[in-house]
Amino acid sequence: MIVLGIETSCDETGLAVYDSDRGLLAHTLHSQIKLHAEYGGVVPELASRDHVRYLLPLAEQALQQAGVSKHELDGIAYTAGPGLIGALMVGASTGRALAMTLGIPAIAVHHMEGHLLAPMLEDAAPDFPFIALLVSGGHTLLAEVQGIGQYQILGESLDDAAGEAFDKTAKMLDLGYPGGPILAKLAEQGRSGQYKFPRPMVDRPGLDFSFSGLKTFTLNTWQDAKQAGSDDEQTRADIALAFEEAVVDTLMIKCRRALRETGIKTLVIAGGVGANLRLRGALQAMVEKENSALFYPRIEFCTDNGAMIAHVGCLRLQAGQQEDLQINTRARWPIDELEKI
Amino acid sequence: MTKLKLLALDTATEACSAALYIDGEIYQDFQLAPREHTRLILRQAEGLLNKAGITVQQLDALAFGRGPGSFTGVRIATGVVQGMAFGADIPVVPVSTLASIAQAVYEDHQAQHVLSAIDARMGGVYWGQYQLNAEGLMQLVGDEAVLSPADVAMPASFDWCGAGSGWQAHGKILQQRLASVTRIYPDYYPQSKTIARLAVAGFKNGEAVDAAQAIPVYLRNDVAQKSADRK
Repeated sequence: MIVLGIETSCDETGLAVYDSDRGLLAHTLHSQIKLHAEYGGVVPELASRDHVRYLLPLAEQALQQAGVSKHELDGIAYTAGPGLIGALMVGASTGRALAMTLGIPAIAVHHMEGHLLAPMLEDAAPDFPFIALLVSGGHTLLAEVQGIGQYQILGESLDDAAGEAFDKTAKMLDLGYPGGPILAKLAEQGRSGQYKFPRPMVDRPGLDFSFSGLKTFTLNTWQDAKQAGSDDEQTRADIALAFEEAVVDTLMIKCRRALRETGIKTLVIAGGVGANLRLRGALQAMVEKENSALFYPRIEFCTDNGAMIAHVGCLRLQAGQQEDLQINTRARWPIDELEKI
Repeated sequence: MTKLKLLALDTATEACSAALYIDGEIYQDFQLAPREHTRLILRQAEGLLNKAGITVQQLDALAFGRGPGSFTGVRIATGVVQGMAFGADIPVVPVSTLASIAQAVYEDHQAQHVLSAIDARMGGVYWGQYQLNAEGLMQLVGDEAVLSPADVAMPASFDWCGAGSGWQAHGKILQQRLASVTRIYPDYYPQSKTIARLAVAGFKNGEAVDAAQAIPVYLRNDVAQKSADRK
């Protein structure tokens, strides 16, 4: 079964062709980072306008790279949510109408399920069950995954998502946009142990997260440094590192707790923050001590992409699921409401 | 009569409609259905195609209300038309929603000069002046614009009619400024029937574009403030 995947939930237009026999055949992406940089954040209306311009050219390119004619497609998968409603609408309306015209089924895909199962796009794919840590600009959650569509949420962020905390903290440190990756780059120049930052909620039972306090702590530290006249580049790098270490440590401690509490030996990381190398390193060291294994998608599939949508769409279409003749979008969509297959 | 098969779609305002033009005949499914467009539009299209016993592939072209209107609304029809046109390898004729209103008022009331207005929210109005040409089609005079109703200018001396939701939302101010406009049809919306009629002429005039070039005309483009301008 060959499926075209369409992702337009936020600020990346992603298209991909996935074959159930041969795996991923092609994927194309247009990132709007430059467009939104001038505004200091994603402007939903501009994001939607950009998706309209790029979707079809990227679809054509993906089909061409895959060596597949649109008439050979067996299904269309599009991100239906969660995400920016206007942005979602572009992929949903185009994808649903394309499926209708080609006379093939369409499937509305959950964006986070796409991320969650993205490590399965790799040759070394994890087996069920596994613990998944989903960390991005919009989400931070730990889930126990027993199979496709069987997601039990073990913990979530009570306030900011981890990626959001990275971005907001970067803004406070007067770094550019998008802040997260810039902060991580700056942290490479930092000296460990210059500052002692808290590890929020690790001394409490449970697997929930909270990052907004850490963000405030960082701001206060930076302001104190400014007042003391020591707001030089090295100090800023030291603070960036202390912040990053605190987030990474917190995520690692909760992942370790989830593995121990469930007895599961496989950990998967996905989502944009999953591209953070310090996080990957810390989790790798932890799973080795825990006699467990760590899986993650290649860096380009940590951030939003069409490949993960085509992949999940293909799994669900193969299981016989499909959409009615209407354009489905859901800005909010709890992941544990998904049907198991 | 033009021998042509064309499907037109519009979701730009509270109205949601599809119309099928087959060799001079037009069949329309029109509904006033705010927030129901995503549920309705594909079924309306399929219903008309099934009734006529044809497929998207058998059409010569598609047409859509390319705006102005609700941003998300305009993009629903745009996305659907892009998907269909790409899937069936047929071209698309973008048609103004303001022209669609003017054409409808001509067809229903023989009005030859129409001031088309769609409520643009935020105190604004999408505005266009249309007059009848020799082929019985309404044609834009000057440019379409988004402006404050207090800034609309009275056009040259004809017997102008007003039409569209802009005359509901801003009727008082518009009538003050344009006192000589006495015939007003405020409950007119863009509709696929007149989009189809205008698109058939546009198709003959070479106005059809490829699927990927079928993009909206928003008129309002100042949707966010750049960080540099905020300081």
